[in-house]
Amino acid sequence: MYDQFKVRAEAVGAEVYRLGTKAQAEEFITSFMKEQGVADRKGAYAVWAESPLLDGCDKNALALQVPGLRFDVSRELAADAKIGVSEMGWALADTGSLVADQTDIKQRLASTLPEIHVAIVGTDKVLDGKASVFSKINPANSRYIAFITGPSRTADIERVLTIGVHGPKRLVIVFVDELGGAN
Amino acid sequence: MKKNFKDSISSAVNNATLTGALGKFSEAYKVNRQKAYEGIDFEALRATIADRKAYAASHLDLMADTFQARAEALGAKVFRASDPEKVKEYILKVARDNNVKTVVKSKSMASEEIHLNPYLEKNGITVNETDLGEWIIQLAGQKPSHMVMPAIHMTKEEVSDLFSKEVDERLSTDIPRLVEVARQELRSKFLAADMGISGGNLAVAETGSIVLVTNEGNARMVTTLPKVHVALVGIEKFVEKFEDIVPILTALPRSATAQLLTSYVSIISGPSQNTDGSMKELHIVLMDNRRSEMADDPKFKQAMQCIRCGSCLNVCPIFRLVGGHVFGSVYTGGIGTILTAWFDKLQESEDIQGLCIQCGNCKEVCPGKLDIPEMILEIRRRLVVDKGQGLVQKAIFSVVNNRRLFHSMLRTASITGKPFTSGKFIRHLPMFLSDLTDGRSLPAISAVPFRDRIKKIKQPACKEKAAFYAGCLIDFAYPEMGEAIVRILNKAGIELVFPDDQTCCGAPARYNGAYEVAANNAVDNIKALLKEDVKYVVSACPTCTVALKHEFISTLESMEQSEWLPQARQLSEKTCDFSMLVKQLVDEGRLSFKEGQKLGKLTYHDSCHLKRTLNVSEQPRELLQKAGYELTEMFECDMCCGMGGSYSIKLPEISAPILQRKLKNIKDTGAPVVAMDCPGCVMQIGGGFDQDGSGVKVKHTLELLADQLK
Repeated sequence: MYDQFKVRAEAVGAEVYRLGTKAQAEEFITSFMKEQGVADRKGAYAVWAESPLLDGCDKNALALQVPGLRFDVSRELAADAKIGVSEMGWALADTGSLVADQTDIKQRLASTLPEIHVAIVGTDKVLDGKASVFSKINPANSRYIAFITGPSRTADIERVLTIGVHGPKRLVIVFVDELGGAN
Repeated sequence: MKKNFKDSISSAVNNATLTGALGKFSEAYKVNRQKAYEGIDFEALRATIADRKAYAASHLDLMADTFQARAEALGAKVFRASDPEKVKEYILKVARDNNVKTVVKSKSMASEEIHLNPYLEKNGITVNETDLGEWIIQLAGQKPSHMVMPAIHMTKEEVSDLFSKEVDERLSTDIPRLVEVARQELRSKFLAADMGISGGNLAVAETGSIVLVTNEGNARMVTTLPKVHVALVGIEKFVEKFEDIVPILTALPRSATAQLLTSYVSIISGPSQNTDGSMKELHIVLMDNRRSEMADDPKFKQAMQCIRCGSCLNVCPIFRLVGGHVFGSVYTGGIGTILTAWFDKLQESEDIQGLCIQCGNCKEVCPGKLDIPEMILEIRRRLVVDKGQGLVQKAIFSVVNNRRLFHSMLRTASITGKPFTSGKFIRHLPMFLSDLTDGRSLPAISAVPFRDRIKKIKQPACKEKAAFYAGCLIDFAYPEMGEAIVRILNKAGIELVFPDDQTCCGAPARYNGAYEVAANNAVDNIKALLKEDVKYVVSACPTCTVALKHEFISTLESMEQSEWLPQARQLSEKTCDFSMLVKQLVDEGRLSFKEGQKLGKLTYHDSCHLKRTLNVSEQPRELLQKAGYELTEMFECDMCCGMGGSYSIKLPEISAPILQRKLKNIKDTGAPVVAMDCPGCVMQIGGGFDQDGSGVKVKHTLELLADQLK
């Protein structure tokens, strides 16, 4: 199912990576941030919303390693960030979509306003399709359920597909094998 | 039809940018939609959607009560109103209570329906549309021309001009650059707005949730960044259960834009936190505006099953020529005609309902199982009941209503038409009728109609009998088609009888809303065709076959004339289309083809009623190939030829370009012969090729088969 997800997600313009351990994923994300020129100035920040990947990790050390990386996700920071990192609950193989309970506004800000959205998903969270995820989500507890399929797109001018209108221009999906059972 | 309406059609049809963009899109859409639905049982899916939506529509009060209770328990405020004025007042009050200066909106057709933007603007509130297409038309001061792609009619040059003015800088026409400008411009508006207004693609009663389906990401910002969120939802958006979202979410993006899923889907159930930690104010406005009346109407309640995907526009041969603005209203295309008749008023749809050619393309792809052509006929019927027929039509139908008068006029036409005919076609018509032969010749009326010819044909003694229903065209214009049928059926041991009292099938009257005339035609024909005990009633005109098989019953039902219903059903059972019957006779071994015939290349045109109402498309192809023709399929083989009965006379400016497209697709195959099963299509396409001069032969299937049987 992971392979099918990767094919479908890449078909809609997402970038898909898979890493074994939490440490590898952390290293992958921080290198990606450096590569993208994340820095401590307006327009170049990275915001990282709560994620099980961060459990037990020294955030201060990470922030020192990548100047401009912030964990105190706010509206202003997210609006001025190049990269936003958020946690997604499930991946759907049939449409290449990610699904998450984004009641926590920080998860939404990090995945909505920055130019690049890095989405972290446990590799065991790949489901076959929508029907399966609907039996796992409950609107009584989750006030804002978000499906994300590829980057933001439009075809409103002459039907020409253009990526990155209001939402992220890139969606980078990072599967982590070690992240089981977080949801 | 009003003159300014006719003018708007002419200018749309002659707008190369518009027809080019729409044409390209509709051609690509068909292929992409099919691909998006790969591996999905569409019939099962739409049966589920129709069932779930119909359930909600027939329990609207229960849906609204349940939704309100649930959403309010979660902390949302729910406002229910029928009157659009009340809706606008409420939204303004919410804005004033919260000291709102600026609003960002994601796309909401319901807000367009009630003209919310100008109302708020008039009251001093700045409103910014944020969906790129909606923003473009807001800057241009226009109405959306398409439900899903509001600015599909505009070019990048026009967009560049608009944006240049907005940002006070001369911009290029590079599309990614224009999109980037929109991103920058609107980003600051999102961050500054005091209130977000969204629509709702679905409202789930049992959970109090609203569902938003978008691609750009603007709805996520509209519902996240401002402290107040107002969702304006038409009550046709209700479903009962949370899992009812699944089938609709499976169909909506595939049908709308041929995507497996849009970039973003948000399911919002009650308010959540704002960025400053306070609780969002969430107002959900449930708007009726005649929707519950619609749900109570036996003929129109199915319109509540619409999921607003716009696929009926995308496959419509008329829409791709004229675009949305000709419809003059917020909702466009086939579904738009119906919604305009309800949400505005019936009279508003008087002109636009005439745009429907009844080809049935929309019915085939509708994920909500709406029969749009049928509902448009019902609008016509009600308009006629309301206002009466126009004078010219009244005169025509009083003739059709009187069989003897009608037939004697057709005979007279064969004589009076003479000065204008050359060979088999009328080439020119005098003055005011000259538009009728613009780009298409009309067939000459035959000197001896089929009803006279058949009496002179000596048929062998046969065990079985079939009654032939000729229809006006075969009887009076193409009697040789009738003669070919006699030859074919005689070979199978069937005698063809011609009940003399048969008259017009009533389709012209019905399609023009003159149901009384259609009902009279039905009764006359039922009497005539059931007089003699025959095994089959066969017709070689699909429009007539549909009338005999389905429409006599529905017309009589509409007119509440139950007296003739049992006989109408009996006639329906016996009626069969010519190709269907011949295929059956070949399968039974009663007819067989000469062996080893090599008759060359041929292409086949599917007639609307045959393919989409009678579900016949493979049979004629198989017969023609068995006869020895090599079949080459044309592009869009099942797209309407533009005939549509009297449509080509009423709206020649639309019919003609549809025909030209068809002629081109036929010529592109390189086949010297095009076959079809409808004399109306033969008249349209044959007339087109007569003027086109490319020498492609246009034949009814039966003419091609008649000489190839053993």
